[in-house]
Order: sequence, then structure tokens, then C-alpha cells
Amino acid sequence: MNDHANESHDHHHEESFVSKYIFSLDHKMIGKQFLIYGLIMFMVGGGLALLFRWQLAWPDKPLPMIGVSQEYLDEGEAVSEADRRWERWGEDDEENWFERTMYGGIIGPEFYNALFTMHATIMVFFVVVPLLVGAFGNFLIPLMIGTRDMAFPVLNMLSFWTSVLGAVILMAGFFVPGGHAAAGWTGYAPLSSVPDFTGVIWGQNLWCMALIVMGVSSLMGSINYITTVINMRAPGMTYFRLPLVIWSLFIVAILLLLAFPVVASALALLLFDRMAGTSFFLAEGGGEPLLWQHLFWFFGHPEVYILILPGMGLASEMISVFSRKPIFGYKSMVFAMISIAFLSWVVWGHHMFQSGMNPQLSMAFMTTTMLIAVPSAIKTFNWLGTLFRGSIQFTVPMLHTLAFVSMFVIGGLSGIFMANSPVDIHIHDTYYIVAHIHYVVFGGSVFALFGAVFYWFPKMFGRHMNAALGKIHFWISFIAFNGVFFPMHIIGVAGHRRRIHNPLDTDLAHLQGINEFITMCAFILGAAQIILLVNVFWSMFKGRVAEQNPWHANTLEWHAPTPVPHGNFDQIPRVYHGPYEYSVPGAETDWIPQTQSDGEPSRDEPIAAGATAD
Amino acid sequence: MSESEHATYDQSADVGQPTSNARLAILIVLGAEIMFFAGLIGTFLVFRLGSVTWPPPTQADVRLPIGITGINTIVLLLSGYTMIRALRTVRRGLQNQLRIWLLVTGVLGAIFLIVQGTEWVRLVHHGFTLSSGVYGSIFYVLIGCHALHALLAVVWVLGVLAKAVAGRFSADQHLGVEICAIYWTFVVVLWPILYVLVYLV
Repeated sequence: MNDHANESHDHHHEESFVSKYIFSLDHKMIGKQFLIYGLIMFMVGGGLALLFRWQLAWPDKPLPMIGVSQEYLDEGEAVSEADRRWERWGEDDEENWFERTMYGGIIGPEFYNALFTMHATIMVFFVVVPLLVGAFGNFLIPLMIGTRDMAFPVLNMLSFWTSVLGAVILMAGFFVPGGHAAAGWTGYAPLSSVPDFTGVIWGQNLWCMALIVMGVSSLMGSINYITTVINMRAPGMTYFRLPLVIWSLFIVAILLLLAFPVVASALALLLFDRMAGTSFFLAEGGGEPLLWQHLFWFFGHPEVYILILPGMGLASEMISVFSRKPIFGYKSMVFAMISIAFLSWVVWGHHMFQSGMNPQLSMAFMTTTMLIAVPSAIKTFNWLGTLFRGSIQFTVPMLHTLAFVSMFVIGGLSGIFMANSPVDIHIHDTYYIVAHIHYVVFGGSVFALFGAVFYWFPKMFGRHMNAALGKIHFWISFIAFNGVFFPMHIIGVAGHRRRIHNPLDTDLAHLQGINEFITMCAFILGAAQIILLVNVFWSMFKGRVAEQNPWHANTLEWHAPTPVPHGNFDQIPRVYHGPYEYSVPGAETDWIPQTQSDGEPSRDEPIAAGATAD
Repeated sequence: MSESEHATYDQSADVGQPTSNARLAILIVLGAEIMFFAGLIGTFLVFRLGSVTWPPPTQADVRLPIGITGINTIVLLLSGYTMIRALRTVRRGLQNQLRIWLLVTGVLGAIFLIVQGTEWVRLVHHGFTLSSGVYGSIFYVLIGCHALHALLAVVWVLGVLAKAVAGRFSADQHLGVEICAIYWTFVVVLWPILYVLVYLV
């Protein structure tokens, strides 16, 4: 009630608290909502990872703080508060799922399966996509192309709340009898289609439903992004004057649009298998288990590029600004992204080298997969070319961007090994692939994302984030990240399978020291993210007030006032330049905003405020 | 730098709109729909091409109603034609004819759905259900997904008809009819593909 009273004074518009902060139609507010939502899910997904890392390092030992004490295990005598709590819980007549699968804070096999499944599902579908595509797509697209809002603001709002609904459905899975989905994030049939195999009943159904709901949400987002980029660019903003991040988000929107319906159809079939007695993915009913893998990876590989392309776009912006140089090879960057997008449709079989596919088909998929190295290498070469002899400013966003480029290279190189069918036979389904995916998605996308949060924070919230805290967070994260994921290459090649519950029970016991090291680094990495959260929420209210264009960047969002008002621009800007004209010889400043007309007065009447292209 | 020759404002760089937002959006949605059906049709083809005999031996006695569904196909194709007529009349601003053509379209679509429904009931009575092997499963899921889309299309046409009766469309303003017509065309064009694949081949 208090909020409401304050709001009516602060905002002379007829906007209430609900229409401004909850069901907002403003693309900037929806972007911020996605940001907060993504960060919360990021903490949840990371927390799950820490739980199973504990099990891998110290198998069958009770969790610290949550679990029972060692004395209780040895003597049966409750000494700590946690012991008494578990004891009380154990006395209930009805045995619930948590109690059965993690009694006393010891992670049992079923719970372990649910943990790694949900870690991946949350990170892929509920963190990286909402943060990179949802938050930055919404915030940046209208600002950077110079328009007042998305093409369909109501659809945009629905897109956010649909994804919240998806997250609620997903989270509900932890509390149903039988526990959450435990068939891995890839949900391979028949493991996922027959409840008896995992013991999971409703968890897997909710998992399917949550993903379908997420698909609907991304569909709504894609419609908005594609329509807005095609139809609503400011006068003079040609396709080849679009900033690279807009190109990447545009391409990603098309990929999402075309990829998600395929997995939606597969998920629908899986739900029919589970709930209506069909046998699409069951060999005994005449079905085809491999079909699931084909449908899933036909979506899944474009999805991989959905996760990395926005990171590439964000990094391209920051690398050019902080090198004070034009991006090297703008058009080749665009065409590299387009060719990555095309190739991503014809490589899905490289996930299935070990699934009993025809070896000749493996050969074809191997070739197309290796082709993707070409556009990826073009992009890396261009980033290095941009850095070369630039006036590099080591700001917090730039540190993250440099981390992005170097980690992406490591992730890309390890990918080439797995693209090779004969090599993949050895390292398939080991920690090597875990290292690879995390170098690309965490080392790549997430570092670019952290940098982008720092870079655009002044425009989003009108305040700077704290640079000292930012550097502390960066260095701890960067070192701990490598401590976690680099050793995974080694244990992967040594044969550590990626879904083993207790490595001590197998031939992997000699790798236990490395596992313990990885887990310690993982806890440091997790703890470092608290610094980021503190920095974000503290700076939102108490940070240094930001100027209009603190980084001296060219793109249109810095032309808008800070904080950006409803409607973004006083007048729709006219665009005279490409986005990366830094350090132009003979120019007064080392940056030339896209709106600067070189002294020549605009030949046309300024466009009246309020007039949008529609 | 190399870009500086564009520095003066170039009117040819003005970005016009190739098409209206709403029309673009429905085309984008159809792109997603096509991929959804591509997934299902791909599933069908995997089963169809992967089995030696079709229908599979366990459902060898199942006979799909080819004849009546063929007639039904013609009914749906006719509705596609009447929809185009509706669009043409509204472009010329003929209110009464628009209402008639929309009504005929909606009725034809409803007939298609009713015939499909009664055929399904007959099939189920013959013991051919969703859970009777992959043949039944893929038949009901694939054809059922199309039927759901057709149902949505009929409801949409009736909504547009209600607006037409209220006189909300004119020669200049008929985006609502146009978008509905694009979706309707998708439902109509998809059906013969499914009919040939599932019923005939």
C-alpha cells in the first residue's frame, strides 16, 4: 500500500505500480525483469551444481551445514541441530522423496540424477536464453535500432510472464512424489519415456511441459525481435549499419523460431508416450528410440548457437569500444554469424556418433561440423584484429570480453576433437564434453554476459556498477572457472564418465584428488557470484550516477537520455554512420556517434516525437 | 575510414517497411508452425519408411476412410477458394458479399471438422486408437494436430465474421481479414500434404 502511495506522487503518468513494474509494456522494464529473473535462476542452477560437485568430491558424505554430523553417522547420537532435524523428519510415517534420496544430507543416486538434469535444464533454458536473449534482446534492440519500443509490446509482456510460468512449472517438479526429471537435460528415450527406468513420474512430465511453455515464450519473443528489426529501424539505419549485437540477436531469434517447434513436437510425443500409452520412442511398441535423439539434436544444435551467438555479439560491441578501433571486418563478422546459423542445422548428428548411427553418416556430420570451425575462426581472427594496435582500456567489461575471447578459443579447440568421430568414440560422454560445453557457454557466453551487464548497467539503471568490486569478482571468477573446468579435460580423457554418481565405486578412484580440487574451485566460483549480486543490487540504488555516454560509444542507445524515458528518444534519431567509427583520422573526437551528420544539416524535417513507424 | 563516404545523409538509406508488422508476424508464426509439422511429418516418415509393410502387421486390418476423406479434402480446398473470394470482396469494400463469403468459409471448415470427427469415432469403434501401435499413435497425433489448427482457424473466421457484421472492415482497413486469410491458407495447404502422406501413400 505504501508503494502505491509513493508511486502516485513520483509518476505523474497514470502508471500504477503494477503497470510500471509488474505487467509493464516498456521493453526496457521487460529487459530488466528478464535480467533479475535470469540472475535468480542462475543462482538456483549454480546451487544445484554445487550440491552434486560435493557428492563427486566427497562421495556419500553428508553435506556441510544441511547434512548430519559425522558423529551421528558413526554413533547414532544426535549432536547438532541438523542431526535432530533429520531425526525428526525420519520419524514421519510417510516417507517423502527427499528423505529417501538424501537422508541426512547424503545425496543418493536418484537425487544426484535429478540434480545434474536440472542444473543443465535450468542453465540452458532458464538462464542463458532469458539473460542473453530476453534481457539484452529486449533492452538493446529498440534502443540500438532507434525506435520507441518493440513492435508488439503486449506480446513482449506475455513472453516474460509465460517464461515465469515455465519456471514455476519446472520448480514444482522438485516437490512432486518421485522427484524431478532424472534423464539428463537431453531426456534420451526410452530412459525418459518409461517411468519405471528412473522412478520419476510427474517430474519428467512437468519437465516436458515447462520446456514447451518456454518454447511458447521464446516464440513470442522471436516474433517481436524479427518484426522490430525488419520494420522499425530508424531512418538511415540500414542492415549493414546495425551493431553486431543486433545482428546476432536477429539471427538468434530466427534460430529460436525455427528450432523450438521441432523439440516442442518431440516433447509432445514424449508426453503422449508417458501419459497416453503410445510408443513413439519405444522399440517394443514399434517405435524408434533413436528418433528422439534426432528430433532433440535437430533442435539442440541450433540451440547451442542460440547460447553463444548473443555472447559473440555483445563481445563485439565491447571489444571495439574499448580498443577504440572499428571492428575488424564488420561484414565478414555478419556473414560468419549467418553461416554459423545455416551450418547449425546440418550438424546435429555429431551428438550421436555413439548412438549406433551409420558410420558413413558420421563421416558427413563430421565434415559439416568441422566446417563450423571456419566462421568461428573468422570471428576470433577479427576480434584479435580489432585488438591489434588498439588503445586498449582494461575496464571491467573489457576484462570480461578478453576472457570471453580466450575461453571461447579453448572451448572451440576442444570441440574439434569431439567433432572427429574416431576420437569422439573415446571421449564421448566423459568429462571432456563437460569441460567443452562449459568453456563455450560459461567461459564464453556467461563472461560476455557479465561484461555486458557492467557495460550497459549505466544505461539500464542510470548508475555505474562498482569497478573495484567488479574487478575482484572478475579475477576470482576467471581463476576459479579455469580451476573448475580445465582439469575436467584431464579426467575426461582419463575416462571419467559424466553421469557417475560415486567415482570411488569405479575404476576412477585415482582421479579423486582432481575431483576434490574441482569441487573446491567450484565453491569459490559460486561464492564469487555473491559479489556480483551484491554489486548489481547495491549499484542499482547507490552506484555512481552515470553520464549519458560514459564509454564514448557510437551506438544509438548512448544517444538516448539517461535514465532512458518511456519512448526512448526525444526525437527518432537519424543515422549517418556505421556503428564502429572509432579513432577516425582527422576527426575531433575518437568516436563518431551514428547520429552525427558531419556538420551538414539534415535535409529533412526532424521526425516528430511520438511518430513511430507502423 | 572506409565508412566515411556514407557520412552525409543518404536518402536511399531510408528504411521503408517491406510489409506491415502484423502481416510479418503471422508469416513468422507460420514459419514456426511449419517447423512443428516438419517434426511430426518427419516422425511419420521415419516410421513409414522404416517398416517393411504399412500399416504394420499388428494393425494390418485397419482401413483408413480414403474416399470420404478425399471428398472432405475437396471441401477444405473449396473453403480456401471462398476465403480468397472474401479477401477480394473486402478489398473492393463490398460489405454484404464479404459476410457471405466468410460465412461460407466458416461453414465449409466446420463441415470438414465434423466429417473428420465422425470418421475418428468410427475408427475408434473399430478398435483403432491412439495406443494401438505406432500406426494409430502417429495417425491421431498428426491428423489431430491439423484438426486443432483447423478448429482454431474456424473460430478465428467466425470472429472475423462477427467484426464484418459489425461493419468494421472497409476497402482500406481490412488487415484482420487478411491475416486470418493467411492463416486459413496455411491450414488448407497443409491438409493435402497430410492426406497424400497418411491416407494414400
